Amino acid sequence: MASGLEPKTARAEMAMAGARGVTSEMMSKQPRKDVIRNTIFGSILLLTIAVALAGLGLLIGKNLVDGASRLNLDLITHNNSSNPEEAGLRNGLIGTLWIMFFVVVMLVPLGVGAAIFLEEYGNRSSRLIRLIEVNIQNLAAVPSIIYGLLGLAFIARAPLDLGYVVITASMTLTLLVLPVVILASREAIRAVPASIREGSMALGATKWQTIRRQVLPASVPGIVTGVILALSRAIGETAPLIPLGAATFLTFTPGPFTEFTAMPITVFTWVKQPQPEFQTLAAAGVLFMIAVLVVMNSFAIWLRNRYEQSW
Amino acid sequence: MSETVTQDERRTDERPSDAAGDGTAGAHPAIAVRPGFQDAASSANTEKVFELRGISVFYADVPAVRDISMDVFKNHVTALIGPSGCGKSTLIRCLNRMNDLIPTARVEGELLYHGQDLYGPRVDPIQVRKLIGMVFQKPNPFPKSIYDNIAFGPKVLGMDGDMDEIVERALRSAALWDEVKDRLNENAYGMSGGQQQRLCIARCIAVQPDVILMDEPCSALDPISTGKIEDLMAELKREFSIVIVTHNMQQAARVSDRTAFLMVELDADEKHRWGRIVEYDQTEKIFTNPSDSRTEDYVTGKVG
Repeated sequence: MASGLEPKTARAEMAMAGARGVTSEMMSKQPRKDVIRNTIFGSILLLTIAVALAGLGLLIGKNLVDGASRLNLDLITHNNSSNPEEAGLRNGLIGTLWIMFFVVVMLVPLGVGAAIFLEEYGNRSSRLIRLIEVNIQNLAAVPSIIYGLLGLAFIARAPLDLGYVVITASMTLTLLVLPVVILASREAIRAVPASIREGSMALGATKWQTIRRQVLPASVPGIVTGVILALSRAIGETAPLIPLGAATFLTFTPGPFTEFTAMPITVFTWVKQPQPEFQTLAAAGVLFMIAVLVVMNSFAIWLRNRYEQSW
Repeated sequence: MSETVTQDERRTDERPSDAAGDGTAGAHPAIAVRPGFQDAASSANTEKVFELRGISVFYADVPAVRDISMDVFKNHVTALIGPSGCGKSTLIRCLNRMNDLIPTARVEGELLYHGQDLYGPRVDPIQVRKLIGMVFQKPNPFPKSIYDNIAFGPKVLGMDGDMDEIVERALRSAALWDEVKDRLNENAYGMSGGQQQRLCIARCIAVQPDVILMDEPCSALDPISTGKIEDLMAELKREFSIVIVTHNMQQAARVSDRTAFLMVELDADEKHRWGRIVEYDQTEKIFTNPSDSRTEDYVTGKVG
């Protein structure tokens, strides 16, 4: 291949070897200062990850040690009870499922609708729109107990006066995680390139047809990912449910329109009990909830990687 | 439909001056004329599709093109050439009101489409775009199957007829059918760039427009794909009128019947720059015997 370039004489061969040596020397030598800096900076970054992971590891490890003995199917097949040997997460789990069902029903249209409006219809330079945008970001950072008090004041009591039932919890949690879904959906909608919208409009499609048939289908993976992450946050929330009267010891299985309890509430009541058996049970409950969250978040990540459109 | 035609003929009769053109008859041997192009039949068609009278476009009050006047003829390929930034794309996007999608854009002047004011108060830009399709610089297939890419337009426009037939006809017209007939349900993103662009042309044909606008359709393609699209244009102009923006002068010379050369103009204090038409004539004349020395400098490669 390189036959024409091979050195023909010994002198040329030596000169070539010398040149190659210099080149490789220059390319391999990294200033000592750079090496030290890189190492230090890399170590600091590694440490930050280590701290984050250590917290999680400690939590899982401690609960595994404490709760392993109660980590079996009985945990989710038994209703809660005042007898620690009998108590289980079943009605808490079913309560959570009902709450989440209504959360999804309200969350998806509200979150996606708001995102469509802000991305496709809102005028970016208008003050009102900018105010709304800033507020949505702020709302995502409001402590969840505030939402609990809001739910208590406006949903459980007058004006909505729905009482301390599943739907009240669902509405409160929807408000809580709505900003997450709006932000994620906006992100997904914005990722659809303008050329797709132009291509659709150039065929004579209306703006709504373009959104409905091109933009939304293309952003579904991002939106669904956002919804799952929002749900996984809502599932873990305890604080906003306490003011809403999440029954501490529900002995019946909650239905869609009854009073409610939820998994984190059940675990919370166990932790408060004096008997050590309840502490063991609480540890097992924590592990179960972590497992649920890991599964949900992994699914969200898988979904995103599998279906996300690369443009 | 027939109404529009009669109206046009009347208009043409009223203003015959530009139609005949004053191009020299004998073709210059240096220009490669493709068989099928610049044939007598299409060049002789004097029905006007667009009449631009003093068109200026502004983006937030900054002019992009100024005072453009030209006629675009039916079943012609009309090329817009000129250096970067001379407003070719801006101009072509006026023709199907794509500039309406940019909130700050403003069009001044008179633009007649088959004698009707395209920017008239009762004209719906959505209806305009049904009649005047567009192919963009970068292939922009939808993230759907090949079939659904074609079917999208006819579906949203509520066109009647067997969808399979519509899809097949469009793909055949775009000379793509034989390459994709066995994988109609595969995602369009799996096609080559050239195939994607022909898919975009097929998508455009499927809604049976009257005019096809092409904004540098080959600038992202290799020479073989470019050749295929140029061949396609020779076929398509029998049925449609085509306006093409191109950076490539050889392409304009190969495919177009008439060519408009645009140039950048600066205002006195050099703050603003905009495009203006220098010369618009039969392609042969533009490339062999231009009236304006600036055109000659550009097409012979002295500037630009």
